[in-house]
Parts: sequence; structure tokens; C-alpha cells
Amino acid sequence: MERVVTRNFGEPGVHKLAVYEQRGGYKAARKALGMPAADVVAEVKKANLRGRGGAGFPAGVKWGFIPKTDAPKYLIVNADEGEPGTFKDRALIEKDPHQLVEGCIIAAYAIDAHRCYVYVRGELVRAARILQAAIDEAAARGYIGKRCFGRPFELEITIHRGAGAYICGEETALLESLEGKIGEPRLKPPFPASVGAFGRPTIVNNVETLACVPHIIERGGDWFAALGTPGDGGTRVFGVSGHVKRPGLYELPVGTPLRTLVFDHAGGIRGDRKVKAVIPGGSSTPVLLPEHLDAPLSVEGLKAVGSMIGSGAVIVMDETTCTVRAMWRLARFYRHESCGQCTPCRVGCGWIERILHRIEGGLGRESDLDLLRSVADNMMGTTVCPLGDACAMPTLGFLDRFRVEFEAHVQQGKCPFGGVLG
Amino acid sequence: MAFELSPERAERLEALLGRYPNKAAACLPLLHLAQEERGCVDAEVVAFVAATLDVPPGRVESVASFYTMYDRRPVGRHHLRICTNLSCSLMGAEHLREQLAGELGIRPGETTGDGLFTLSEVECLASCGTAPVMQVNDDYHENLTPESLRKLIADLRAAPAGGG
Repeated sequence: MERVVTRNFGEPGVHKLAVYEQRGGYKAARKALGMPAADVVAEVKKANLRGRGGAGFPAGVKWGFIPKTDAPKYLIVNADEGEPGTFKDRALIEKDPHQLVEGCIIAAYAIDAHRCYVYVRGELVRAARILQAAIDEAAARGYIGKRCFGRPFELEITIHRGAGAYICGEETALLESLEGKIGEPRLKPPFPASVGAFGRPTIVNNVETLACVPHIIERGGDWFAALGTPGDGGTRVFGVSGHVKRPGLYELPVGTPLRTLVFDHAGGIRGDRKVKAVIPGGSSTPVLLPEHLDAPLSVEGLKAVGSMIGSGAVIVMDETTCTVRAMWRLARFYRHESCGQCTPCRVGCGWIERILHRIEGGLGRESDLDLLRSVADNMMGTTVCPLGDACAMPTLGFLDRFRVEFEAHVQQGKCPFGGVLG
Repeated sequence: MAFELSPERAERLEALLGRYPNKAAACLPLLHLAQEERGCVDAEVVAFVAATLDVPPGRVESVASFYTMYDRRPVGRHHLRICTNLSCSLMGAEHLREQLAGELGIRPGETTGDGLFTLSEVECLASCGTAPVMQVNDDYHENLTPESLRKLIADLRAAPAGGG
């Protein structure tokens, strides 16, 4: 399979502009800036590029929502990677920063934005440093600035570092954070395309989404669309972590079976143990069983087995794993990361965490299983942003698919797996 | 003494302010700058940021307390942030946390008496493919094992002050 957005991974010195250009870099940006902006948007629509951050919204359609006015507009890059299991955006920035810069130039041109902010997760100090060096180099060469590539298009790219808050990966919380406030998500509508950063029309795109854009412009939307499945084009950078022999990033066509990723690419399960559970798209997506391994890794393919492709982050757990403890650990995360704005999420995440903690600790009651379900059901769809759902969905998924294990904890009054992960 | 930025950082602040359509937007970056200077975000830093950006101190305080990377108290020379989220725990991070607590004699959230180490248990650091991972100040240490962690701590103990 041909790699697209990871094609430069491992190329020595590709973080330098000269090497990136030798590899064909910045040709697409030159080409795009010579096209009418509407044609750039049309090409990305044709590519069926769906957002790689988690929600999977078609990127070209999103760009099309930007009003055609002279008012200032903003392009925001969401590099606030924090969904447990996800580690692709950090690699895309560190290993090929100019690809992202080029994607930003093209996207900003397409939506007529003259300011672009890259919201980089605060902890990713190294990634921010590497990206800043690439931005500076591109600016020095005249690819960014008053006249990008000598054309009448002005662009400034600014890195805005986060400071430790998962919720800021949610696009409207990110906008609040960019404006210097706490990361409390906004009610939608209005959507950022009409009222976004600083009250202006704004597009927020994930790093990987933008990294695809130069390739779409250079080789055509039809080519990109054909790499994937109908309505879901291209490749995806899947991250595999947990109990596999070769954890890491694997760029594969959308629609590749989960089994191929886990067994052929990631080498199968450590010690040739049996697989017990697989989270297919980051911690917010419902867990799958071995019988679901033939599901295609696409938006529709994972929906069909009751889960989601999310951020393409696959967490594999072998037969030694306690699924109650696994879910408890995730619930701790959501409790910690809930911004507290909506009561069902603020209270619900804590409630779920405490119930799971006592079940895992051997103090659970028979009624706790129904209580968990009731709390989760009451969180779903009742909050401003999807963080509450992101805790409730995996809780229900683990409970439904591993109910026997939850019951065993309650009946035995202890964790049958020894009360520790790993 | 009231808090002030060094001339070099004050210059960086000026450049920063030109990047946003209003001053209030520079709150996060300025807090980062100020923390670099002072080592933490204390009440004087909050007052300074509020005055510089012309926003109420209460708003700066809310920001400083919302985001986990602003240290509200001084931390040790080496701030150890060990991830114990799912992918890291599946690879042994819970054991490593206990190992650290044992070797340093502190629990997460505490600083050693000699001021060398602060231990924090943190959420996913976006390094799941190279789990378990620990961030030490700005740097990631990946694919940790009990042995490599022991060596890392020994190396940090031996590192000269200011060596990060």
C-alpha cells in the first residue's frame, strides 16, 4: 500500500524545507494558490475527506459553510491530541512539519483566512518547537507572509500552546481557550463556520485532515477518494497500542479490516495470547469483541458493529486484562477532564468512576450494574458537548460486552485479575 | 516584590500580543511565559497577567486553576509526569508509578524534601504507541521498563542544577 501522509516518515532531514521540497513538497500549495479558491474546496469535497479528529465530518463540506464575505476569517488547526490511545498528530507534526504547514496554506487560501492558529497541546513541547522552526523557514522563503508564493494572498501562522485540558480538543472549547478563557464548550448552533474564533467565521480542522490536503490538490480528489470506501476517502493513520507485538502507527486505506491492522501490521497479540477486547477509535468509542475483528475500519463499518472509528486509535487488550479496571481507568480520565459546565457530565462521570472503583475494589453490589446503566443513560445527549457521551458510551459498551466479568467482581467480592493492569 | 518579566521575555510578550486581535487572548501564552520566569503561577503572577492584559484577576485565576500545566506552587527541579491512562497501564505503568513512589518516598502530587523531584500522575500524553511514557519537564521518556526508569532517576539525581 502506498503511504500518503506518512510517506516522509523516516526520511532524514525532511523537517527541513529543502529536503521536503526535494520530496515534492510545496508543489501543491503553489498549484492551489493558482486556482480559484472555490475549485480548491470542490477538489477536497470530491476527495470525500472526512475529519480525522473523531467526528468524521466531511472537510470540504465544512469549508463550504464559510460565508463569502470580506469579514476576517480564521483557520484553526486542532493539534490538541489527547484522546487516550491517540498519538498520530504528534507524529505527523514532529516527523513532517512542512506537510502540515502546506496543508494550512492551502486550507487558509480555500476559506480566505489570513490568520491561522495551530492549537498545540501544551505537553507537546518538542512538536511545537519543530513546527515553529518549519513555520519560520516557510516564512523566510516567502511561502507564508504578506504575499505567499509571490501571490496576492496573505497568511500568518501562529502556534498557540494549550496548557493541559482534554476538553480543549472539542472545537468550541478550543476556541474559548484560544480566546484566553477556560475551556468550556459552546452551544451549537451557531457553528464555528459562522461564529467561531473572536466571533468570526472559523474552520477547525484536525492535523491529519490538513496533512491530507496537499496530496488531494496534487493528485486529485478522485484519486484520494478511490483509496478509501464510498463516502470515506483516502487512508488513515491508525495508532495501535496495548497488548500487541508491534505497537505503532500504520497508515492504511480506509476500510481495511480491523483484523488486518491488529494481526498483520501490529503483529498480533503479545505472547500469542488470545485477544479479549479492542477499542477501535480512541477511548470514547465502545469496545469490540474478537468476533468483531473483521469489521472494516471506516465510519460506516464500525457503526455497523455498534462502535465508531473516532480518531483511529486502536487499543488492544489480551485475555489477562480486567475489563472492569480498564473501564474504571477510563472513567477516572473523564471525571478528571469534565469541564464541569453541565451537571449530567460533571456529576455523571464522577458517579460512574466511583461505582466502577467500588466494583473493581470488591465492594460492588448487585444493583450497581443497573445503576451504572441508569447513570450512563441519563448522561447521553444531555450535555453541551460530547464529553459526557464519551464517558457513557464506553461504560455501556464494557458493561454490555463484559457483563459476566462485572458480575464476577461483585459475586467474588474482589477483582479476579488481581487488581492491577499490565 | 511584585512580579515582572525579564527584558527578554517582555520582548516575547510584545511579539505575542501582536498575534491576537485582542490582548485577553494572550492569557494562556502569557501564563506559560510567566511560569517559565517564576517557576509557578502564584498570586503575584496572576495579578501581573491581569494587569498586563487588562482583564479581571478573577478571570486569570480561573484560567490558571482550570489548566493542569500551570503549577500553583513551586515544583521540584525534575517534574515527573507519569501517564497511567489505559494504554500505558496495559504496558505496566501502574507498577512504574508504585516503583517511583517507593524510590522517591513520595506519592503523586508531592515533592521530595530536597526539592529534586515532583511526582504527578497524569492523563494520556499522546504517546500510546511507545507506552509506558513519562514526561520529565519538557521531555518524553518512552518505552519505559523498571530498569530504564531506575536508570533515568539515577541520571536525574546526578544531573547538575539547571540541566533540566
